[in-house]
Amino acid sequence: MRNRSPRAYLASTAALLIVLFYALIPVLWLLSLSFKTPATVSDRKFIPQDVTFENYTSLFAGGLDSALLRPLINSISIALIATVIAVTLAAFTAYAIARLDFPGKTVILAGALAIAMFPPISVVGPLFDMWRTLGLYDTYVGLIIPYLTFALPLAIYTLVAFFREIPWELEQAAQVDGATPWQAFRKIILPLAAPGVFTAAILVFIFAWNDFVFAITLTSSDSARTVPAALAFFTGDSQFTAPTGNIAAAAILVTIPIIVFVLIFQRRIVAGLTAGAVKG
Amino acid sequence: MAEIKLQDVTKRYADGTEAVKRMSLEIKDGEFMILVGPSGCGKSTALRMIAGLEDISEGEMTIGDRVVNDLSPRDRDIAMVFQNYALYPHMTVRANMGFALKLAKVPQEEIDRKVEEAARILDLAEHLDRKPANLSGGQRQRVAMGRAIVRDPQAFLMDEPLSNLDAKLRVQTRTEVARLQRRLETTMVYVTHDQTEAMTLGDRVAVMRSGVLQQVDPPRVLYNDPVNIFVAGFIGSPAMNFFSGSIAGGKLKLPFTEIDAPDGVAHSGDIIVGIRPEDFEDARFAPENHAAGKEFEAPIEVVESMGSEIYVYFSFEGGEVSSDELAELARDSGVAETPGAGGGQAVARLSPESDVSEGTSAKLWFDAAKLHLFDPHDGSSLRRSKADQQAAVDATQQAIAAEHHGDGAPPEDDGDAAAPERDGDVKPT
Ligand SMILES: Nc1ncnc2c1ncn2[C@@H]1O[C@H](COP(=O)(O)OP(=O)(O)OP(=O)(O)O)[C@@H](O)[C@H]1O
Ligand SMILES: [Mg+2]
Repeated sequence: MRNRSPRAYLASTAALLIVLFYALIPVLWLLSLSFKTPATVSDRKFIPQDVTFENYTSLFAGGLDSALLRPLINSISIALIATVIAVTLAAFTAYAIARLDFPGKTVILAGALAIAMFPPISVVGPLFDMWRTLGLYDTYVGLIIPYLTFALPLAIYTLVAFFREIPWELEQAAQVDGATPWQAFRKIILPLAAPGVFTAAILVFIFAWNDFVFAITLTSSDSARTVPAALAFFTGDSQFTAPTGNIAAAAILVTIPIIVFVLIFQRRIVAGLTAGAVKG
Repeated sequence: MAEIKLQDVTKRYADGTEAVKRMSLEIKDGEFMILVGPSGCGKSTALRMIAGLEDISEGEMTIGDRVVNDLSPRDRDIAMVFQNYALYPHMTVRANMGFALKLAKVPQEEIDRKVEEAARILDLAEHLDRKPANLSGGQRQRVAMGRAIVRDPQAFLMDEPLSNLDAKLRVQTRTEVARLQRRLETTMVYVTHDQTEAMTLGDRVAVMRSGVLQQVDPPRVLYNDPVNIFVAGFIGSPAMNFFSGSIAGGKLKLPFTEIDAPDGVAHSGDIIVGIRPEDFEDARFAPENHAAGKEFEAPIEVVESMGSEIYVYFSFEGGEVSSDELAELARDSGVAETPGAGGGQAVARLSPESDVSEGTSAKLWFDAAKLHLFDPHDGSSLRRSKADQQAAVDATQQAIAAEHHGDGAPPEDDGDAAAPERDGDVKPT
């Protein structure tokens, strides 16, 4: 990267800017919309004429009964719980797959991949019926379970790749140093796979956070409804006004936790954490 | 500290590769044992079996007085330095070195004390709080060593610990290792494929080839009295020259000359003759009154002056030796180092005063008393002393008996632990 010619540098910067522009324009537009008053919302101007915070404050008017607060709490809780469970289980599974020789290893990996490729929309109908019967409909658990089904393969795949990167010798060195398999895993493998763990965590969190299909189908009230689903239930001030400003504000709010989450963990995803382990 | 005993230890990998074949080796308490051999001969595998990182397919392994076949590495109380160091990258040097003690629940003050002492010995004191990534290759190597020595284990196992260092550092560290072992007096098994390390470090050296132990002896014996052409070619640098010759009518015929057949060789017909480079000399500087020496004319092709000595490469005709052993050695070390295998060229080490020059013919001399004679069919030495030969036969018989009765006593003489395999290695040329 460092030794490139100025022209190549300029070209890549330009390309980067175009991509950034392309990706961020809708977000900026949303931001602009969220500050507009209902009267100016369709004025086709990028800079809001009269800036208002009404769209934001109204989302939280009424505390826990407000349009967004409960769904926000639900979203955060469900995504976090799903992330913790998925990453923990995936760490063990991935370790076994990366390190141990056991029959059916490839089947497990292939199965995981197959499940991850399954379209959620095709399982959501049966789940709806099952959850109603089992009493899981409209509960945290009812959402966490399907999230795990899809997130686990994702996390396992990511972690297997990371575990495979860690030199076998490190673990053997730990064994020779007197570590039990669990100690070797806890003190050597896991710290070294931390970037992988965080990558997996981010992926799972984003998946759970962004899900709409399960959330809209398997919930019916604020007791488990997450933000993406709640957005669909927004109503305007009157029957005749579209809640554009509110939706825009909520959409902006909903991206904030994910940005925070990514920023926190991104710092941990430093490449080359195993540098210096082997060779001279 | 303890002795390590391998008895008919075999390693078969899942894919059927036999990496180590019926290896019997007795490493005495406090001994510095070197395992050498070309790449892929099973040195690491043997070492890893001692460490417990590899299952033992057959045979028995004892450390101290415990059979350790089924013990996990952590219960064997051995310390190992890995070929690529395997330092814990997320820990400081201090934590790396103290890790084993910490696991053993040694009190923190004692860990600190031991780590600092080891760091002092290894000259790492000012690097204790750095991470491995910020160390030089030599420093990493010493950390790996430090991780082993803080522990006071039953034995040290080292797998080519110096192979990643540059030449200068390697020489320096080599002496450090030797000093360390002498100081700690802990049993040490040291794997290398560098024969200089093998010759300078060990009390005894075990030479392996394709999973089979060839010879276990002190370096000097290995050098002067190799059991077969493989060991002869492997030990020594530049390597021994090999010529094919023949014995008939009390005469030994060499490509460039003919001499009286040496005493005590009951062989007749074709033969392989080995002459070490230093057993040649410029005829002008040949020792006087030497009983058995012979001069001959040699066309000099290359002269390499090292200052303290001169290496000359001369060609000869019609006496190239080809054998599996030499071919393998040539593969492993590069043809130039095993002239015999390179065909028609031999290397001689001459006195620095010699003035032979390239492209001329010069009168050379060789010491006929120091010839190494090998059977051309199985490559075994024809000049091993009678006692040795007898011991080898005994050991073979014992091994056979053990196989039949399952309880035969192990061969006691270390030098002959290798004997049973020796015969199994016969390869017609
Ligand atoms: N896991 C394995 N499965 C199958 N064969 C293996 C395995 N590990 C090693 N081998 C084979 O066993 C033989 C001995 O390997 P080993 O690593 O002991 O060699 P080495 O003497 O240490 O060589 P080097 O000097 O290159 O380190 C080699 O032929 C190798 O290909
Ligand atoms: Mg090796």
